[in-house]
Amino acid sequence: MSDSHGTYFIPEPSRWPLVGSLALFISFIGGGMMLNGSGFGTFILGLGIGAVIYMFCGWFADVIGESLAGNYNKQVDISFRWGMSWFIFSEVMFFAAFFGALFYIRVFSVPWLGGEGSGFTTNAFLWPDFKAVWPLLMTPDMTLLDDKGLPLASSFVPIKGIIPAFDIPAINTAILLASGATVTFAHWALQKDNRAGLCWWLAATVLLGFIFVYFQIAEYAHAYHDLDLTMNSGVYGSTFFMLTGFHGFHVTMGAMMLLVILIRAMKGHFSRQDHFAFEGVAWYWHFVDVVWLGLFVFVYWL
Amino acid sequence: MSYAAVHDDVHHDHKPTGIGRWLFSTNHKDIGTMYMVFALIMFFIGGAMAMVIRLELFQPGLQFVDPQFFNSMTTVHALVMIFGAVMPAGVGLANWMIPMMIGAPDMAFPRMNNMSFWILPFAFALLLSTFFMQGGAPAGGWTMYPPLVLQLGDGLPFLIFAVHFLGISSIMGAINIIATVFNMRAPGMTFMRLPLFVWTWIITAFLLIAAMPVLAGAVTMLLTDKYFGTAFFDAAGGGDPVLFQHVFWFFGHPEVYILVLPSFGIISQIIPTFARKPLFGYASMVYATASIAFLSFFVWAHHMFTAGMPLAGELFFMYATMAIAVPTGVKVFNWTATMWRGSMTFETPMLFSIGVLFMFTLGGFTGLMMGITPVDFQYHDTYFIVAHFHYVLVPGIVFGIIAGVYYWLPKWTGYMYDETLGKWHFWLSTISVNVLFFPMHFLGLAGMPRRIPDYNTQFTDWNQIISIGGLAFGLSQLILVWVVIKCVRGGEKATDQVWEGAHGLEFTLPSPPPFHSFTTPPKVTEAMAHS
Amino acid sequence: MSVDKLKKAMCGVLAVALYLASGTVFAALTDMPLNLTRGVTETSQRVYDLHMIILYIVTVIGIIVFGVMCWSIFHHRKSKGAVAAQFHHSTTAEIIWTIIPIIILVAMAVPATKTLVFMEQTSDAEMTLKVTGYQWKWRYDYLEEGVTIWSALHEDSNKARQRDPSIDPETVENYLLEVDNPIVLPVDTKIRILTTADDVIHAWWVPALGWKRDAIPGFITDNWTNIKEPGIYRGQCAELCGRDHAFMPIVVHAVPKAEYVAWIETQKAEQAASAASANKTFTKDELMRKGEQIYTTQCAACHQAEGQGIEGVFPSLVGGAIATGPAADHIDIVLNGKNLMPAFKEQLNDAELAAVITFERNKWGNYEKITAKGHADVVQPADVKATR
Ligand code: HEA
Ligand code: HEA
Ligand code: HEC
Ligand code: CUA
Ligand SMILES: [Cu+2]
Repeated sequence: MSDSHGTYFIPEPSRWPLVGSLALFISFIGGGMMLNGSGFGTFILGLGIGAVIYMFCGWFADVIGESLAGNYNKQVDISFRWGMSWFIFSEVMFFAAFFGALFYIRVFSVPWLGGEGSGFTTNAFLWPDFKAVWPLLMTPDMTLLDDKGLPLASSFVPIKGIIPAFDIPAINTAILLASGATVTFAHWALQKDNRAGLCWWLAATVLLGFIFVYFQIAEYAHAYHDLDLTMNSGVYGSTFFMLTGFHGFHVTMGAMMLLVILIRAMKGHFSRQDHFAFEGVAWYWHFVDVVWLGLFVFVYWL
Repeated sequence: MSYAAVHDDVHHDHKPTGIGRWLFSTNHKDIGTMYMVFALIMFFIGGAMAMVIRLELFQPGLQFVDPQFFNSMTTVHALVMIFGAVMPAGVGLANWMIPMMIGAPDMAFPRMNNMSFWILPFAFALLLSTFFMQGGAPAGGWTMYPPLVLQLGDGLPFLIFAVHFLGISSIMGAINIIATVFNMRAPGMTFMRLPLFVWTWIITAFLLIAAMPVLAGAVTMLLTDKYFGTAFFDAAGGGDPVLFQHVFWFFGHPEVYILVLPSFGIISQIIPTFARKPLFGYASMVYATASIAFLSFFVWAHHMFTAGMPLAGELFFMYATMAIAVPTGVKVFNWTATMWRGSMTFETPMLFSIGVLFMFTLGGFTGLMMGITPVDFQYHDTYFIVAHFHYVLVPGIVFGIIAGVYYWLPKWTGYMYDETLGKWHFWLSTISVNVLFFPMHFLGLAGMPRRIPDYNTQFTDWNQIISIGGLAFGLSQLILVWVVIKCVRGGEKATDQVWEGAHGLEFTLPSPPPFHSFTTPPKVTEAMAHS
Repeated sequence: MSVDKLKKAMCGVLAVALYLASGTVFAALTDMPLNLTRGVTETSQRVYDLHMIILYIVTVIGIIVFGVMCWSIFHHRKSKGAVAAQFHHSTTAEIIWTIIPIIILVAMAVPATKTLVFMEQTSDAEMTLKVTGYQWKWRYDYLEEGVTIWSALHEDSNKARQRDPSIDPETVENYLLEVDNPIVLPVDTKIRILTTADDVIHAWWVPALGWKRDAIPGFITDNWTNIKEPGIYRGQCAELCGRDHAFMPIVVHAVPKAEYVAWIETQKAEQAASAASANKTFTKDELMRKGEQIYTTQCAACHQAEGQGIEGVFPSLVGGAIATGPAADHIDIVLNGKNLMPAFKEQLNDAELAAVITFERNKWGNYEKITAKGHADVVQPADVKATR
């Protein structure tokens, strides 16, 4: 516990929380309407997202202002650390849900459908021609035949090919690992009061982040156009896009957060002792990095 | 002596005025109050839905509502009660009490705290708006099992987004509580001196952070299955509907302890106060709570025994479920031992706490019975389950929250509540709640399935008794509202300590406490700890 | 301990026991249902015994725990001058009340495990019944015999369960627990039961057999039974499966083996006859009469008795675009379904489909609209067969 008790900074009433809730509310309404097929919903969603961004800018501007004004003592800083750590932990659990789904599908549901273990009758009576293989190129319903022996219509699109691990994904792995290193170099530079080093290493990190995202988008385009690997190609496509998609989204967010940190660094914010915003974003970046390693191993490679 | 009296600096106690005080609040007490009021409103909305259920079930045949609407009633009743009434009430009490109990000026992140609250009305606006949509409100049960839930009309994305929204609120609330307790304790307030209510809340917060994101993931997969062609829960594409159940219950079982642990915490504060005796086995209470939380991540599939898991899975989840009875038993025995050779008085908070003790235990026993896999094949999806979870949820949790409200109400308002009315509230509630939920055991054993709007005539008599009990229980809750309003408006002044046997930092502050609880932290000694 | 105290303690314990027993006594006196059935299979009887053992164990624990609580509530109160002791822990006590529950739980786990292992032995069954849940009826396939039975809520119950019923539910025997086609199973035969579903999850549950199993679309779950006594056993779908979840009962007639064999033979004969009817041509009257029957049992649940449907959920067939459009579209949607509209191609044969479609096209003023548009009003089995 710190000795600076009694001066814990309690902010004045603020409108940002309410604006934030309202902004999310509008986004959700818009998103819901959009999914129900209303074009107007897309507009409302746009409006809501705009409001969310406005809220973030406003809220963080306040926080940055308070930080620069020296309102945050050691104890407040520790609160931020706890807060960020547990936020990242919640993100870990979010990804855990999807990794769990992936494992369940690979270890249980697909083998059962293929007749392994307790799935013997399932396979024999419902999907007699289905073979469990991973990656799952043919979904169970693609193996069904009608009375005349012709294939029945499937609700999914067969996959022509998958993305090999040791191609773009491997390069992306290298990129993210490198970015993990550069952000650490930036931190070392900051600790040595080397402002130029800080900015350059940060810039390199942001750049690597965006290159990663670029490759990811190219890979998606390839998957959709050339491989017929889509969200709609059965459970392989489902897990593939769900996991890589949410990860890609997190990389994008992380890169943007790093960009903000870079701009602040260039403006001369942060000091050797006092730079939690930088560290928080760096933790986040490492977290995104680790998730990618899991993805690389379990989605692309094995 | 009162620390606050020394430090109560009028200058610090200025309150923001007008509606902005509530909309833009950064004050843990105001936010706590908003949470409590919101929870009460939702309790009535959820209760009104339960009344519709009970009305339709009063007689065999369909008298009042369409079966689809009936299903919407059970589904939304559960969602409103769990996410709108019980969880917010727990967070509200945490907001009010934790800073005062650990000697902090406020929560660690006051602004985020406000956002956690303000999300709730918006989230429920999303959820309840589905009643007016094409296809109606969610009707697939609060468990949202696919493929059934995917048959919902336009309401589906709104259901899912409402769940996401509530998850965001809970996670932010949990992070706030953890940061507050870890970082803002007064000097001398070591972990093993924390009041048990604070302990149960830290553990609850961990559960929230670990469980809510998993729920978010589960419903996200529902969304993509419906709108983006994925196949997570569709065997035709290689998925499995049961996968959803695994992910849901990985959240769902810890969730029930998220609901109940704060109630355990509350009665652990109250029983020692009115027994005038220190809590028995403080350390083992902490460890038992932690064990319950830990084990709760390994028992989820006891909700899915009939889904046809392999034998090894059924055995594992049966044993793990049974194991939870041990730490829970430790808690029950410790509370009993706290009362043992105490010098008890029975003011309303104590009465409600004793109600929790008896009736939660009863609900726990039936839980244990359902944990025995082969027998659960008979119990599953019958009113026996409904009886079990209402015993743990209503007299187990709602009573605990009510006990907490009576216990701290004089602290919050500065006035004593009307003890006579409180006692009436307790006795009427206790009698009616048993008339309401006890016969459900018989119905379930005799074979009445749950989630049905209509039943065979052999079940009529019990259902009528249940419905009457339900109405009586609902009406009894109006007393609570009256007591609270009366107490807010005035009455006998409460002392700082409020209760003769009360201990803890919150009782060193004046009643009502100053706007910012401890602007200068108190020093905590061993003697002051452990109520 | 003084005698006085002992008396009071006993009062406390008695109060608790009374609380638990009062419901039981009351119910016993008034003949209200109370407890699990013992059932008619080895499994159900083992399960019942297990249930009673656990019930007794928790009742005894309850009486002890609640008894202690009551004792201290009555005696250790301030108004009786009790002075609070100040002890606040005892390692010995805590170890004891951790160990004892563990022992009790292990003792419970042993018979539970045995029963579970017993129930999982689905091998060496003498016959196999495949059960498929549909919204909201059951399909039963006697796999070895090639016989298929569709089983839905009985007509009387169906009428009585409407919002403004034409029959009072109180007067319907086995209200909601009666079906149009009960299944017949032989006694003293190990029957393997495979459950699956076509649309959403259902659960097949006959309490007298002692277990339930979820019917999961795309997967088959496995169980078995061996009925000891002939009789009629009723059950219900036990997993929420949408609007009419309450209305898909199960009725099993357990009969001696010889009777079962005779029954199977009549089923086979009936199925052959109905298959033959698919090649016939019917008069419009015949089709309308049969169509009305099928409409009430198969379609009215959603499209309602007068074809008016339910706003926003089930479309009205009165003057509806498809019901008054080209016959081919009409046949197509009933055969193959669409969204919530189930596919009927498996459930009804060509003659039945022709009948119900003809019925819809001629009722509720649809005939006038159809003829005005120049579409066919009568559909024959051959038309359906062609579209299949
Ligand atoms: C706060 C909520 C809460 C709590 C605390 C519990 C506590 C427990 N629950 Fe319950 N449960 C629910 C809420 C809760 N439950 C809900 C909402 C559902 C239904 C969800 C749905 O389907 O909609 C449910 C359903 C549910 C099921 C699924 C049933 C089915 O659908 O087939 C099971 C099965 O094992 C179960 C078991 C247990 C057990 C073993 C405990 C244990 O924690 C209880 C432990 C306590 C005791 C045992 C009593 C005290 C102990 C002693 C005095 C010690 C000595 C005792 C012995 C040695 C016996 N619960
Ligand atoms: C914390 C959670 C919680 C709480 C507090 C309650 C409280 C109550 N519940 Fe519920 N319930 C659930 C959680 C909860 N329930 C869950 C999780 C389910 C499962 C859902 C599912 O299957 O998916 C469920 C399901 C459920 C069912 C089964 C439905 C079915 O399976 O078909 C029933 C039936 O009786 C029921 C009844 C009640 C009643 C009578 C109360 C009473 O305690 C309520 C008391 C009444 C009031 C508080 C109203 C007070 C006000 C007035 C009476 C004044 C009059 C005002 C108006 C009418 C506007 N609940
Ligand atoms: C489970 C409920 C359900 C049952 C049972 C059912 N239907 Fe339907 N039916 C629907 C739904 C829902 C639709 C709307 C489908 C869509 O367009 O999304 C529909 C659409 C139709 C349509 C087209 C209506 C139009 O104009 O769009 C016809 C014709 C029809 N059903 C005939 C039948 C017949 C004949 C039967 C019985 C043999 C039957 N239905 C049983 C739910 C049902
Ligand atoms: Cu089928 Cu419930
Ligand atoms: Cu559980």
